[in-house]
Amino acid sequence: MSGQRTGREPVAVVGIGQTKHAAARRDVSLAGLVREAALRALDDAQLSWADVDAVVLGKAPDFFEGVMMPELYLADALGAAGKPVLRVHTAGSVGGSTALVAADLVAARVQRTVLAVAFEKQSESNAMWGLSLPVPFQQPLLAGAGGFFAPHVRAYIRRSGAPGGVGALVAYKDRRNALRNPWAHLHEHGITLEQVRSSPMLWDPVRYSETCPSSDGACAVVLTDRAGAARAPHPPAWVHGGAMRSEPTLFAGKDFVSPRAGRDCAAEVYRQAGITDPRREIDVAELYVPFSWYEPMWLENLGFAAEGEGWKLTASGATEPGGELPVNPSGGVLSTNPIGASGLIRFAEAALQVRGTAGEHQVDGARTALGHAYGGGAQFFSMWVVGRRPPTT
Amino acid sequence: MPEILTAPLTVSFPFTRSLGPVQSAFLTGLRERTVLGVRTTDGRVLVPPVEYDPVTAGEIRDLAEVAPTGTVTTWAWNPAPRDKQPLRTPFAWVLVRLDGADTALLHVLDAPGPHAVRTGMRVRIRWAPERTGAITDIGCFEPYEDEPGEDETAAGKAGAGEDRAREAGHRPAAPHDGVFDAPVTGIVTPARLDYTYTPGRAMSRHLAALAEHRITGERCPSCRKVHVPPRGVCPTCGVPTTEQTEVGPHGTVTTFCVVNIKAKGAGIDVPYVYAHIALDGADLALHARIGGIPYDEVRMGMRVAPVWTGDARHPDHFRPTGEPDAAYDTYKELL
Ligand SMILES: [Zn+2]
Repeated sequence: MSGQRTGREPVAVVGIGQTKHAAARRDVSLAGLVREAALRALDDAQLSWADVDAVVLGKAPDFFEGVMMPELYLADALGAAGKPVLRVHTAGSVGGSTALVAADLVAARVQRTVLAVAFEKQSESNAMWGLSLPVPFQQPLLAGAGGFFAPHVRAYIRRSGAPGGVGALVAYKDRRNALRNPWAHLHEHGITLEQVRSSPMLWDPVRYSETCPSSDGACAVVLTDRAGAARAPHPPAWVHGGAMRSEPTLFAGKDFVSPRAGRDCAAEVYRQAGITDPRREIDVAELYVPFSWYEPMWLENLGFAAEGEGWKLTASGATEPGGELPVNPSGGVLSTNPIGASGLIRFAEAALQVRGTAGEHQVDGARTALGHAYGGGAQFFSMWVVGRRPPTT
Repeated sequence: MPEILTAPLTVSFPFTRSLGPVQSAFLTGLRERTVLGVRTTDGRVLVPPVEYDPVTAGEIRDLAEVAPTGTVTTWAWNPAPRDKQPLRTPFAWVLVRLDGADTALLHVLDAPGPHAVRTGMRVRIRWAPERTGAITDIGCFEPYEDEPGEDETAAGKAGAGEDRAREAGHRPAAPHDGVFDAPVTGIVTPARLDYTYTPGRAMSRHLAALAEHRITGERCPSCRKVHVPPRGVCPTCGVPTTEQTEVGPHGTVTTFCVVNIKAKGAGIDVPYVYAHIALDGADLALHARIGGIPYDEVRMGMRVAPVWTGDARHPDHFRPTGEPDAAYDTYKELL
């Protein structure tokens, strides 16, 4: 890895925690939910609340729970009294952006140890309602997130010439991967490819089993500097690059199949990490895939496959756990989707892989991993590359 | 210049809350006319209680019962109560430190006027007749005269009320296990926001044309792209757009999905086709429903035209025109 960010403090991930994700975590308040993930991350790092210098909190739109400025209400639960607390909001990509804001505080030597937390408690509201407020003078779309994204999937299939069954392969893989991840929401024991293929068609071409669930959950990571990493009880994951890019929801020339903001974000994060051939140099990727077909779409957008070739990579089995480029060994968003936390879970899972602590879904010998998140109308992107070795500066 | 449109926008939803152990005990306690606080690591009693210590961040679970009487620590008079506020008549917003507590609770005080309210006055809870396990189980606070105390000699002195309040405040909160029959574990908190929405000048121009069954976009003076519906600015170049141009009415289905699940509150029968339509002359697709053809016969490249029904401003749907399908190359940039 080349040191493309001279002058920045190297940033290490020394603690990772997440909740048991579920359709409804009625046993905990919002405070109890974020607390569960944060405590696990602190325990992993063997740090106490007093060791944390700042807290960065992310979640998707406030309407998803109806708590305005939740960072204020949650400050006590996150030990933020007397410390800076920041709120990040970039729709579905927010979990990733939250980690990057926290990492930048360390890299800029503003803080030494920062706790990044992201959550969603979807059971307290209705995301479909929250995404389709009745704006006057506009025709209601009334198709929900699936209806918004399904036409883009059809456009991808047409543009790439992919055979119809590739999406089902992704869903079948990710749902089976989730069986090796104890935190995952969906544990569909005995799921078969035939069950995926014959599940109800919700928004043709997207089937029920190719759609993310609605989850309650939180994720937290502890980020620290070189000195903090040296004191850490377990091997850290090192941040080799982090980037965010955005673009408008709609504009003439917008490419929903392969958004430019996603391509630019990937190019920047690879530049920082000194990666020139992502398919060869990245060992495992945790990608934000809320609908199955987004796996081949992102494989192209992120440069793992040439345009129109992503589905071939998926169909070849390369993205299976034992494949050349395992994608979403955790089960991904297709198995767990507390929206605001989903991006941070991708980032955290990438870090778990390079630390060698992913448990049953560990990819053997993973040294470099990509965490990816996107949100809004495919308009916000955030990514990081983490590695087993510290960046050379 | 057409008139600038405005309309009310109401956002409301009955949010649910999982309470967790501490709020569950607090709200269930109110139902049983018992006010619970929580004791912090440094020995203070917080009312209402929280789950985590504001100083140490440690988990705190030692509940304590405080008195239904207390002292006003500050207040503000509300001369004109609004809908859904706790009292129909003018009242005081008050912070009340209940006897045995170290922090104050926000609530309302039923008083005849601001002349009857002062910081330091003694108040007590007036319980709601019907209690469900909610903060509104405290109907309001009301002025309260302490019984003549044990310290009779001090009663005539100026400031005796405050003295009694101080003594009462030192009455320790009693430990409580927080256990009640049929605990409340979740509540519903309806929220409602009322906005006045205005779509702005560019959208108002577009909407005025729609009322005449014309669909208009605006052309960017820099990149020459036509945006429909217009925002008054080119999202790519960041420059204002002023040149209105009529697009369509015919267009091409660039991509679509078939919606098979009924959305809440939608009056549309499923399945229906939700499509991206590039109107002739527009540089991006708009989104609309396709009708007048079985859903499974809709295809990319199909030529369509808008159908207006009644006095609706927007086309109800788009129907096939019967023209030959457009070649993929003519719309592949507009998916
Ligand atoms: Zn322009």
